[in-house]
Amino acid sequence: MKEFRYERSPDPAAAVALLAREPGGAFLGGGTNLVDLMKLGVATPDVLVDVRELTSAEVSDLPDGGLRIGAGVPNADLAADRRVRERYPVLAQALLAGASGQLRNRATTGGNLLQRTRCGYFTDVTRPCNKRSPGSGCGALHGVHRNHAILGQTFEGPGACVATHPSDMAVALVALDAVVRVLGPDGERSLPIGELHRLPGNDPSRDTTLRHGELITAVDLPPLDLPSRYRKVRERASYAFALVSVAAALRVEDGVVADVRLALGGVAHTPWRARAAEETLLGRPATEEAFAAAAGAELAAATPLRDNGFKVPLARNVVVRTLLDLSGGTR
Amino acid sequence: MDTEITLRVDGAAHPLTVDTRTTLLDALRERLRNTSPKKGCDHGQCGACTVLLDGRRVNSCLVLAVTVGDAEVTTSNGLATDGQPHPLHRSFVRRDAFQCGYCTPGQICSAAGVLEEARAGWPSAVTADLTAAVELTDTEIRERMSGNLCRCAAYAHIVPAVADVAAAEGVRR
Ligand SMILES: Cc1cc2nc3c(=O)[nH]c(=O)nc-3n(C[C@H](O)[C@H](O)[C@H](O)COP(=O)(O)OP(=O)(O)OC[C@H]3O[C@@H](n4cnc5c(N)ncnc54)[C@H](O)[C@@H]3O)c2cc1C
Ligand code: SF4
Ligand code: FES
Ligand code: FES
Repeated sequence: MKEFRYERSPDPAAAVALLAREPGGAFLGGGTNLVDLMKLGVATPDVLVDVRELTSAEVSDLPDGGLRIGAGVPNADLAADRRVRERYPVLAQALLAGASGQLRNRATTGGNLLQRTRCGYFTDVTRPCNKRSPGSGCGALHGVHRNHAILGQTFEGPGACVATHPSDMAVALVALDAVVRVLGPDGERSLPIGELHRLPGNDPSRDTTLRHGELITAVDLPPLDLPSRYRKVRERASYAFALVSVAAALRVEDGVVADVRLALGGVAHTPWRARAAEETLLGRPATEEAFAAAAGAELAAATPLRDNGFKVPLARNVVVRTLLDLSGGTR
Repeated sequence: MDTEITLRVDGAAHPLTVDTRTTLLDALRERLRNTSPKKGCDHGQCGACTVLLDGRRVNSCLVLAVTVGDAEVTTSNGLATDGQPHPLHRSFVRRDAFQCGYCTPGQICSAAGVLEEARAGWPSAVTADLTAAVELTDTEIRERMSGNLCRCAAYAHIVPAVADVAAAEGVRR
């Protein structure tokens, strides 16, 4: 591991100012991703600014009936929060489907959003990877890519990257239209979570639209007045990343879809909001056929790789199953 | 870079000078000679290094020692009181819940965390009703202990070992 300086700051603004002066520095949350990547030589910060205890560890009520989640709230505490369990079951389930009890105790909300891909070429410094080492090529494109993206990849040029975003929590937050609050050298700003993560485009080295030194301080959840749930499919029953996951919320009135939110995990470089499926469903009868047609509308854009074509029918089936569960009135 | 810290481990305070790169696991094992937590993978994947940090289970291989501050570190050794084994220690022996024993201190610390989380009413990925009281069924124990791998595959005995203590503590019928 490369040597680094470890810094604490008295308040978030000081931490932001400190990192702004350190182009090679990074914020440290729970460290469950960053420390791992530092051991592997994938991340090589020369300064760590510890923000785990600096950002709020509180979940608080917002006047509109929503919730504000401090960036320092551990994943375990967020999943256990009674308001989250009662009002946003999709979020509690997504968190509980991720990592292990030990990791969720340490991992923070901010760090979870910004965790990096689990692509095996990215984490192996002896392999080509445009995300880790721009211009070196994408090892996964013609290599081992069974668990890579089926949507929104870049296939050619220095931007080639077919990786997925690994977070379960982020998929739920995308379905919930969460808003990410950020403090940067130029002050505060808020962005819809759909604008946080980015597709590889021509620069896969950037996972998000955040600029260097921008600190996530909180995530706001708007109120949710429809039943929701999360379903994750993986290669073993527990403690594995998603092959495909679905975060969904659905309200059916008189047999017709009155409101729907749908997001997919394990399919793209971002948590994937399934807008085409949502549009197809609104106002349609809540039947298995309509759910399948909606999933099909979304997945029509899929461009699977040599070895991950199975994700297309898998994603379709998981969408249908999850919407059926919700239309059956279960939470 | 060398940094001065004081680690509070199993009831005793230890002033130490550590390189910032030192993990809590390495500080415990290599500097304090507390070899109770084990190094399996060093990447958060196996749970052998599990300790309690202010009572919460964490993977000590991913915690930098400089970040620990005043938090109390409890290893499986430290769960014993006045030389008496913890109920989980006894239960693992009674149920023959290990072969080589390498994963065991991590399993024990993790199980202590599981019991505490169940008492606090935390649900898991297999909890059907997220708002109901928690009951540590075998399925719940398997899910909640999934961050601890056992190369000897003693799982079939680990589950009843944890279940016995859960029953004694009222988080299982
Ligand atoms: C074995 C294993 C299995 C896992 N399985 C899953 C899984 O199934 N599903 C899943 O979703 N996740 C899984 N994870 C990943 C885990 O959820 C993440 O490691 C964790 O959420 C990261 O949070 P952290 O606070 O530890 O982040 P850190 O490691 O501290 O930081 C991650 C990144 O975020 C940046 N950062 C941290 N906080 C802030 C902030 N407030 N503002 C700006 N930048 C910040 C850091 O600079 C770093 O780049 C797994 C991890 C491991 C090791
Ligand atoms: S998929 Fe992306 S992360 Fe993986 S090797 Fe290709 S460029 Fe790197
Ligand atoms: S050694 Fe820490 S999880 Fe394997
Ligand atoms: S008893 Fe040998 S690894 Fe678990």
